[in-house]
Amino acid sequence: MLQKAFYIFIKIAVLFLLGLNVRRKELLPSDGPAIIVANHNSHLDTMVLMALMPLSKLKDIKPVAAADYFFSSPWKAWLSEHVLGIIPVERKGADRTADPLEGCYQALDNNQVLILFPEGSRGTPEEMTDLKKGISYLAERVPTAPVVPIFTHGLGKALPKGSFLLVPFFCDIFVGEPITWAGDRTEFMNGLQERFNQLSSEKTFAPWE
Amino acid sequence: MTLHAIHWALIGIWGLLAAASLIVYVLSKRSDKDLTELVQRTQSWWVMVAIFTLAFLVSNTISIVVFGLISFLALKEYFSMIPTRRADRRVLFWAYLSIPVQYFWVYDSYYGMFAVFIPVYMFLFLPFASLLSQQTDGFLKSVGTLNWGLMLCVFSISHAAFLLILPATEGSSAGGAGLLLFLVFLTQFNDVAQYTWGKMFGRRKIIPGVSPNKTWEGFLGGVGTTFVLAIVTAPLVTPFSIYHAAAAGLLIPVAGFIGDVTVSALKRDLGVKDTGSLIPGHGGILDRIDSLTFTAPLFFHFTRYFYY
Repeated sequence: MLQKAFYIFIKIAVLFLLGLNVRRKELLPSDGPAIIVANHNSHLDTMVLMALMPLSKLKDIKPVAAADYFFSSPWKAWLSEHVLGIIPVERKGADRTADPLEGCYQALDNNQVLILFPEGSRGTPEEMTDLKKGISYLAERVPTAPVVPIFTHGLGKALPKGSFLLVPFFCDIFVGEPITWAGDRTEFMNGLQERFNQLSSEKTFAPWE
Repeated sequence: MTLHAIHWALIGIWGLLAAASLIVYVLSKRSDKDLTELVQRTQSWWVMVAIFTLAFLVSNTISIVVFGLISFLALKEYFSMIPTRRADRRVLFWAYLSIPVQYFWVYDSYYGMFAVFIPVYMFLFLPFASLLSQQTDGFLKSVGTLNWGLMLCVFSISHAAFLLILPATEGSSAGGAGLLLFLVFLTQFNDVAQYTWGKMFGRRKIIPGVSPNKTWEGFLGGVGTTFVLAIVTAPLVTPFSIYHAAAAGLLIPVAGFIGDVTVSALKRDLGVKDTGSLIPGHGGILDRIDSLTFTAPLFFHFTRYFYY
């Protein structure tokens, strides 16, 4: 309920303040298990990706995020869990006995859709860094889940890391063809990287120095 | 409710659009060419005319807000399209803030501030705000592109809104609303007319280096059609004498053409086909209002000089 109200507000704000140009929206997975992987530029990323989904599906769409950041204080944790629907992942493996991705496996087993940012942290806005391998473990464990790559542009311009001032820009969202686990980790990661390269070269963007 | 001239004019526009839709419908059934874009364009026209009519009939304030929103969307499109500097994020924010201020002067009928706020205060303030980041690399380019965008998207378009608050005169009871309707209708009609004439008879290119689809046949055909329409409709909604109606009937299509090709040059420089994808069939909002960015200020000052 709270989550729906929050995302109705976000949908309106996204539509008005940003304005999205979405290519191939039909490729977005509507039912789980599925994994959405996107490049990470801004706190807006998760909210915009969630806002692309129909409201009725929201409860089954789970962004995966760093536990040390989103669950660092009680109110943040409450917000992250109940409003954003975040699945926490321990970045620094303090506890080596537990698999940090356990929550993700569970969600996929419950036919939910994960939103994952395989670059890890947001980093420098509008510049992609290397993909982390965690995603391939998920794909291996649940090979029936299609991995849908999404490349976004502009969100990091609108609200980069470390800024609280939202400056409106039209943003581009490119949804790619899903890939699935074929048995090899390197091959999978290279394939995913290749998809992202393709998506990011679909349009020439105005320089942002 | 008694129908004023302005209502008849609006009914006329809806009628014209209905007729155009019918023609497009018949064409799309008969022709084996792909007319998807034309059909999309026509559908988008319905939406635009509906929004415009609604704003018009409800209140002046709503209309001013709608023009403010158009400026906002256009400026956002412009900023998303041009190269910008990271250091200028805050400056872009100030530029956005000038929109509510500029439209407040319109709402307040404060002509003095309306006329100078952007070209004096904003144009002087933005470079200063920009230098505060101490990044002088690309300073000139950044200041130039920013000011030009503000000029095109905010200052120019706000002139259309200012027409709205001009009072009724002896010659015409329709007042500012009539003038605005006259300007917007003729500007948009002229775009369609130039496009149609060009499609049907276009052969000799005017400036192929900027806009390869612009032909003398399209331009002159459009000017002629708009000229006739201006003379016919001016007595209905404007205080213009026949000579002034004729002058406006030339000013609007010629300025509209110049606005159109100016935005084309901009797009060509940036290597984009459309300024955006907001309006199906038309491209971005800047693609739709490109002519208006030139006709609005010129027509406004033409009218103000002779009648106010």
